[in-house]
Amino acid sequence: MGMSVQTVLSQVMLGLNNGVFYAILSLGLAVIFGLLNIVNFVHGALYMLGAYVALLGFTMLGPLLGKPDFHLNYWAALIVAPLVVGALGVLIEKTMLRRLRKFDHLYGLLLTFGLALIIQGVFTNYFNVSGDAYDGKPESLSGVVDLGFMLFPKYRVWVIGISLAVCFGTWFVIERTKLGSYLRAGTENPELVKAFGINVPLMITLTYGFGVGLAAFAGVLAAPIYSVSPVMGSEMIITVFAVVVIGGMGSIMGSILTGLLLGMVEGFTKVVYAPASSTVIFLIMVLVLLVKPAGLFGKEA
Amino acid sequence: MPEAAPKEMLRISGLHAFYGESHILHGIDLVVGEGELVTLLGRNGAGRTTILKSIIGLVGSRSGSITVHGTETINLPTHKIAHLGIGYCPEERGIFSSLTVEENLMLPVVVRKGGLSLPEIYDMFPNLLERRTSMGTRLSGGEQQMLAMARILRTGANLLLLDEITEGLAPVIVQTLRQLMGQLKERGFTIILVEQNFHFAADLADRHYVIDRGTIADMITRDQLSASTGKLNQYLGV
Ligand SMILES: Nc1ncnc2c1ncn2[C@@H]1O[C@H](COP(=O)(O)OP(=O)(O)OP(=O)(O)O)[C@@H](O)[C@H]1O
Ligand SMILES: [Mg+2]
Repeated sequence: MGMSVQTVLSQVMLGLNNGVFYAILSLGLAVIFGLLNIVNFVHGALYMLGAYVALLGFTMLGPLLGKPDFHLNYWAALIVAPLVVGALGVLIEKTMLRRLRKFDHLYGLLLTFGLALIIQGVFTNYFNVSGDAYDGKPESLSGVVDLGFMLFPKYRVWVIGISLAVCFGTWFVIERTKLGSYLRAGTENPELVKAFGINVPLMITLTYGFGVGLAAFAGVLAAPIYSVSPVMGSEMIITVFAVVVIGGMGSIMGSILTGLLLGMVEGFTKVVYAPASSTVIFLIMVLVLLVKPAGLFGKEA
Repeated sequence: MPEAAPKEMLRISGLHAFYGESHILHGIDLVVGEGELVTLLGRNGAGRTTILKSIIGLVGSRSGSITVHGTETINLPTHKIAHLGIGYCPEERGIFSSLTVEENLMLPVVVRKGGLSLPEIYDMFPNLLERRTSMGTRLSGGEQQMLAMARILRTGANLLLLDEITEGLAPVIVQTLRQLMGQLKERGFTIILVEQNFHFAADLADRHYVIDRGTIADMITRDQLSASTGKLNQYLGV
């Protein structure tokens, strides 16, 4: 088995590239779970929707507006997609999730699962299941960078960099700012936070919008790497849920670190024994569940 | 000697409160004037906490009328009621464990002018200054109680709902809290104090309400207190 340091490092880099997606998505799930107490099963579908906002904005928006030369460019998509999907999230929270708040959390889970199936079904009906390529990758992010031990696509360096910035930026806002203190307090005891004069229902709506906005952001980042397809979300989210189980719900930093770590473990497994790379995360999940059921960063009940 | 009746701060009439199917309060009527201190006394489960929670809007549902400074609140959401100038110190203090001491202090929204500034608070509670970067629940029980009081004094609230603030605390801290109550009363705060017994606020309270099974069983004014001790002890089962 030829396992040079170079191969290992390059697979780990590629793994990190997957890891940042796990991190952003599980971070959004953790934020939503913290305040709304629901496992947001529609997260994957909204990630997919983010990628489609970028794709359709690039290919169809211009013709639709009667200006065939207009393309929603990549940079604009990075902002527009989270806003569009965030607004949809606000709508979902205000019209549906809010009504379920007084019932068992299971209902929220079923509702979001149903929404995921509907969104994915609609897109499967209109778009190519095998996926479409996104051609909007900016010229400035094409080409490769020499990392010393390997040549790495510039675009992937960008994805890793910006994702880490977004993850740690979110962590900073939640754990270190006044705004974040409202969120942490609301996660612990929403009733008391209301009694302290804070509009908790509004905070919940905006948090949900923010969480799914993160998913859409990841979707745009993914568009130039993976092909944009109606099933990209459901494929991704299965792994992300395993990440969430391993990390343990509720910890912000935990969800980020677990995501990054498992991406790299996956990459490393590719070098050691490639066929196991797609199952290694689930194997770890089983082991963690046996040893520490609350997850690596979860608080024991 | 009868004093001029103070301006009305809180008026509760015909209040019923429910948690889901359980009907907890059965028609509460009470009026508290500006600057008064009243206690709600009663046995465990009598409904004292539920009265405070009804005022701030944290019960499942409520009917009747509750006015604060003349504003009807029965249909207002909790955060808006708080903005009318209410400070709430819940049973078991409600210190947030994921927030530092200072974050706990700064959490409640300032609802009126005239609240204590942060330096004034640290002046009044020097322990909190020392521990300001600790996580909230790392403090001792007494310190947590001071924190729970301090954070509502910052907001400028002038109607304080205090739920069993002496519970489980050492006598010397109870003594400190009693002094604090005296200071607050002097400064003109209106206070509703839920207590297990009348001793804590005997010298300070204008009236004591005895709560029993969701109704007001009796009301005892300061003048009647010494004559009513026997009766009170019987109500409270001591
Ligand atoms: N969230 C709730 N759901 C259902 N019933 C409740 C709830 N909270 C309180 N109750 C019930 O309401 C009644 C009054 O409770 P409350 O907490 O107001 O009593 P209390 O006078 O404050 O007594 P103590 O605090 O000493 O237990 C009790 O019978 C209690 O079981
Ligand atoms: Mg109580």
